[in-house]
Amino acid sequence: MPEPILQTEALTKRFGAVVASDDVTLDLRPGEIHALIGPNGAGKSTVIKQIAGEVRPDGGSIRFAGRTIDRLDMVARARLGLARTFQVSSVAPEFSALQNVMLAVQSVDRRIYRFFRPALREAVLVEPAMAHLERLLLDDRAEVRAGDLSHGERRALEIAIALALKPRAFLLDEPMAGMGPENTAKLVEILDGLRAEAPILLVEHDMDAVFALADRISVIVYGRIIASGTPQEIRSNEEVQRAYLGDEGDDGAA
Amino acid sequence: MGREAAISLLIAAALLAAPLLGQAFDEPFVITLATKVAILGLAGTGLNLALGYGGLVSLGHAAFFGLGGYVAGILASHALNYEPLFTWPLTVEGTTQMLIIWPVAIVVSGVAALVIGALSLRTSGVFFIMITLAFAQMVYYFAISWPAYGGEDGLSIYIRNEFPGLNTLNPLHFFAVCYVLLLVAVALSFLLSRSRFGLALSGARQNAQRLATVGISPFRVRLTAFVLSGMVTGLAGALYADLNRFVSPSMLSWHTSGEIMVFVLLGGTRRLLGPAAGAALYIVLEHTLGDVSEHWMLLLGALLVALVLFARGGVIGILAGQPRHA
Ligand SMILES: Nc1ncnc2c1ncn2[C@@H]1O[C@H](COP(=O)(O)OP(=O)(O)OP(=O)(O)O)[C@@H](O)[C@H]1O
Ligand SMILES: [Mg+2]
Repeated sequence: MPEPILQTEALTKRFGAVVASDDVTLDLRPGEIHALIGPNGAGKSTVIKQIAGEVRPDGGSIRFAGRTIDRLDMVARARLGLARTFQVSSVAPEFSALQNVMLAVQSVDRRIYRFFRPALREAVLVEPAMAHLERLLLDDRAEVRAGDLSHGERRALEIAIALALKPRAFLLDEPMAGMGPENTAKLVEILDGLRAEAPILLVEHDMDAVFALADRISVIVYGRIIASGTPQEIRSNEEVQRAYLGDEGDDGAA
Repeated sequence: MGREAAISLLIAAALLAAPLLGQAFDEPFVITLATKVAILGLAGTGLNLALGYGGLVSLGHAAFFGLGGYVAGILASHALNYEPLFTWPLTVEGTTQMLIIWPVAIVVSGVAALVIGALSLRTSGVFFIMITLAFAQMVYYFAISWPAYGGEDGLSIYIRNEFPGLNTLNPLHFFAVCYVLLLVAVALSFLLSRSRFGLALSGARQNAQRLATVGISPFRVRLTAFVLSGMVTGLAGALYADLNRFVSPSMLSWHTSGEIMVFVLLGGTRRLLGPAAGAALYIVLEHTLGDVSEHWMLLLGALLVALVLFARGGVIGILAGQPRHA
């Protein structure tokens, strides 16, 4: 089994009386999609936020790419190769889709402090950015203000931005949320191809998508990982059935 | 874009025409007013980098404006008194050369902006406004209580500083200097706004979390913009001291910070010639309404409120329509 690229070690996070992460230990290995599922408020986003550096854990540790990243901020973690998308889309609304992706491209080539040349005339920014948009089927929407994109397009744009970071791991927080079945199917196909570039920690409520994509699934309930294993193992796990899949009716039957 | 460019050209042409007409009709006062517009427009162009492009509502730009002014005043006074600025570790003399004064003013205000920015940019929103204001007030009180350069009374510059090949005491010559510097600053702002850095700065204004997520530090980007902004405003301060041949702590007062901000808001944030248009409008109002009523500030206030409520793009926004694409 290959060495994990990302590992959380006993992450703990409390918000007042709520224990949002309770001893969360999980890892992400090269080439895989590891899905993190669980009911609303179970603590999935909190795990993503702690890995991305948005939320400081109260305890535990995170290793990424062979080093401890506990002391790094969001910017430094992104630079190390953690690409994250948000449960609620977070883009620069006044920028075109293209400009949003260019921001990531120029970050990767590490030359942000250039003051004179128009960015939109730099082929080294525009061409890769267009290629990433194309991959997410957004190339004909490149010039549209991100704020004017449809909800689904904006979700896809976030993934294009993440892709442009050439990351070593993706952290995707409900990329399919609010998408119609057609777009979800397209996105499943795209994510399927993405794992070859970098492994994906995927938080997702759409169980069809999860079982279609995941190599491994971890189930979190009340901040605790109650089960972790292959999709078959998870499907047949009684505790999971009781705590989560069973409650969701249709979804669980996937 | 096309419409705004045309309006910008028109404003630039009008600002050039005013002093020429003033000269033709022997109204030197018009030349002085036009020069004042160019200089205050330059100060606003500096603030626009922070306030407009960066969304950084600084109420402390008088600090940079005043520091630039004091650099001009102090260097000139030492040169005219034949007293070196300091003699240790090496002897540094004053100067009356604008070409030396400007870089010094730019560096001094840039360093001040670096310090003030590094401390203030850890906060945001109202706190940022208050902290920048507080820093400017500190500089203001320092100037008042430091007797060496006039303290409360300010410092006179007996002869306007020199520029090679020009007679700066000729109002038209001095106007030309200020006008060209304004255009250069506007041109640089234009380039910056479309550059990689401009993209990052605008990204930081729209959504700092997004910028951090792609691995660009919003803090560093903002700090850079704040320093550049302070430098341009500082240069304007040096010119303003030369225009009045006088510097005083009032250049450093919060009132000055507010005025510079009003120029930008009146003209329209992120509009290239917005600050110059705003300064022109302000000065014209001051001199027309100011004669009619002592309460012209009240009218100005009402105008500002109306502009902010109904036309976020300022005067240029009204004339040019839709705000330009990010
Ligand atoms: N900043 C915060 N302050 C206080 N409580 C918080 C905060 N963030 C999360 N919580 C709480 O922590 C728990 C876990 O929240 P989290 O957002 O991680 O859940 P989730 O699994 O992502 O849920 P969902 O499926 O609804 O997105 C919830 O009870 C939530 O109310
Ligand atoms: Mg969530």
